[in-house]
Amino acid sequence: MIRLVGVIAHNTFREAVRDRILYNLVFFALLMIAAAILVGQISIGIDSLVIVSLGLSAISLIGLLMAMFIGVGLVYKEIDKRTLYALLSKPVRRGEFLVGKFAGLVLTLTVNTALMTLGLAAALLFVKRSFALSDSYILVAVYFILLKLALVTALALLFSCFSTPLLSILFTVGIYITGLFANDIRTFSSITGSRALDTFAVTLSYLLPNFNNFNAIASAAHGRAIPRALIVQNTMYAAVYIAVVLLAATVTFSRRNLK
Amino acid sequence: MQSAAIEIEGLTKDYPVGFWHQTKRRALDQLSLQVETGDVLGFLGPNGAGKSTTIKLLMGIIFPTAGSARILGQPISDVRMHRYIGYLPEQPYFYDYLTAPELLDYFGRFFPLTAARRHDRIEHLLKKVGLDSVRKIQLRKYSKGMLQRVGLAQAILHEPQVVILDEPMSGLDPLGRREVRDIILELKREGRTVLFSTHILSDAEMLCDRVAVVVGGKLRGVGSPEQIVSMKPQGMEILFEWRGVGALTPAFAAQTTQTGNRYRVEVAQEELYAALDQLRIAGAQVLSVAQLKPTLEDFFMGLVGKEYATASAVEVLAK
Repeated sequence: MIRLVGVIAHNTFREAVRDRILYNLVFFALLMIAAAILVGQISIGIDSLVIVSLGLSAISLIGLLMAMFIGVGLVYKEIDKRTLYALLSKPVRRGEFLVGKFAGLVLTLTVNTALMTLGLAAALLFVKRSFALSDSYILVAVYFILLKLALVTALALLFSCFSTPLLSILFTVGIYITGLFANDIRTFSSITGSRALDTFAVTLSYLLPNFNNFNAIASAAHGRAIPRALIVQNTMYAAVYIAVVLLAATVTFSRRNLK
Repeated sequence: MQSAAIEIEGLTKDYPVGFWHQTKRRALDQLSLQVETGDVLGFLGPNGAGKSTTIKLLMGIIFPTAGSARILGQPISDVRMHRYIGYLPEQPYFYDYLTAPELLDYFGRFFPLTAARRHDRIEHLLKKVGLDSVRKIQLRKYSKGMLQRVGLAQAILHEPQVVILDEPMSGLDPLGRREVRDIILELKREGRTVLFSTHILSDAEMLCDRVAVVVGGKLRGVGSPEQIVSMKPQGMEILFEWRGVGALTPAFAAQTTQTGNRYRVEVAQEELYAALDQLRIAGAQVLSVAQLKPTLEDFFMGLVGKEYATASAVEVLAK
């Protein structure tokens, strides 16, 4: 199974590369160069904070756009262009196909994010002339961004199993935005006064993917240590959530009649 | 005794139609069919008859409303048996960012082929389907016929026991059609089972051990092409030259058609010798005498021309 998933993932990555998806790196590089040149002139003493905040936010935003827009097309495009017909005639299960597509896009995002992180490091070095130990927290923040992107990819993939790209984008963006407010929904439950509403809000807050968990940009920018327990917790949370979403996608897609 | 490579039992497929999917359209109705191991079966029918639906059901692309099917003894829901099946979709489209060798290599990785064997098969097939000279061009620049060829190559890459081809001649020029015919005949010589759908009846007559005619989602006839159209001759055709030396009887002359100096007449088999005597007396020179047999096309058109959706099945030679 893992071998077949790897074959599909490799092809998905190759597709992204050949479709020039990684050209976004040029935009990021230009942003980092401009920031590195300008930041010294407009911010005194907080130049590295601005560079790190700007860099990590850009990594997160570019990654999110890629995860959503490519993710919703992963399955839809294969069905629409009927490339899936020949593939499904091979000894490969639909679940393996989905996991392969997911892994391929996550690989693409990882390579893209790694290259952007190198760009951020270069800009930081240009501004600070040297690295400090606290700069290593940037890597943890980047890791959290990757976990978030993997989760968004899984959600986009799930929606693309039964919906059009436009609706899938709307669903994914909707879940992402409400997921950012998962903690607030939980807090809201304690002030409603209604037991039914309270139960609903608490349940909803736990069901929604809590994307706030993955935001460590401020900590990294200020050089604050990120607890090891949070790293383990976020890793486990993302792994379980992604597994459940991919399972739901597999169940949905395995029953679907292709056109 | 041969065993059936493909067994289809009461296969039925309904498609929901309308905004709320409340009504259903039956695309395939209780199709039962067997394809014996090593046979080439042509699946004939007009557009919308249910040919592609049947093939998609067999390949697990869509799921049956009722009925079942087995390939090589395994239920069609078991994707492991795809290891032994090759499939060419109708109007195939592949990853257009790949070249033909890359696509074949990608698909080859789903089968237990060593890297060396995969490489050998790819090289062999690229030459066989005539794509060796365009091997470095991405598929996005391929014509329809070239995509059909690469589709055929991926279908037989892993040397499957059963090959299912959905309209394999579609989009091909005469040379391409001949190459596909040769490949199907080679598959037959190798003892592989082939099921292919087609509109081109002459190809079916030429290639198939048996043909199945499906119209309006229902199976209308199964048998060898000869059995389908019947071996019984419909009459005799005489071609002759006549320069008006002697006279033809008015009845005979009325049946005759003229093209230049040549004449053609169709007579019943029992009237052949009387007709030849008359031509001899009239001083005509007989050029040829041939049996007239109905073609598969005649049979096919006869079925399609009827109100086929409600007509009872014409089981010419059910298994």
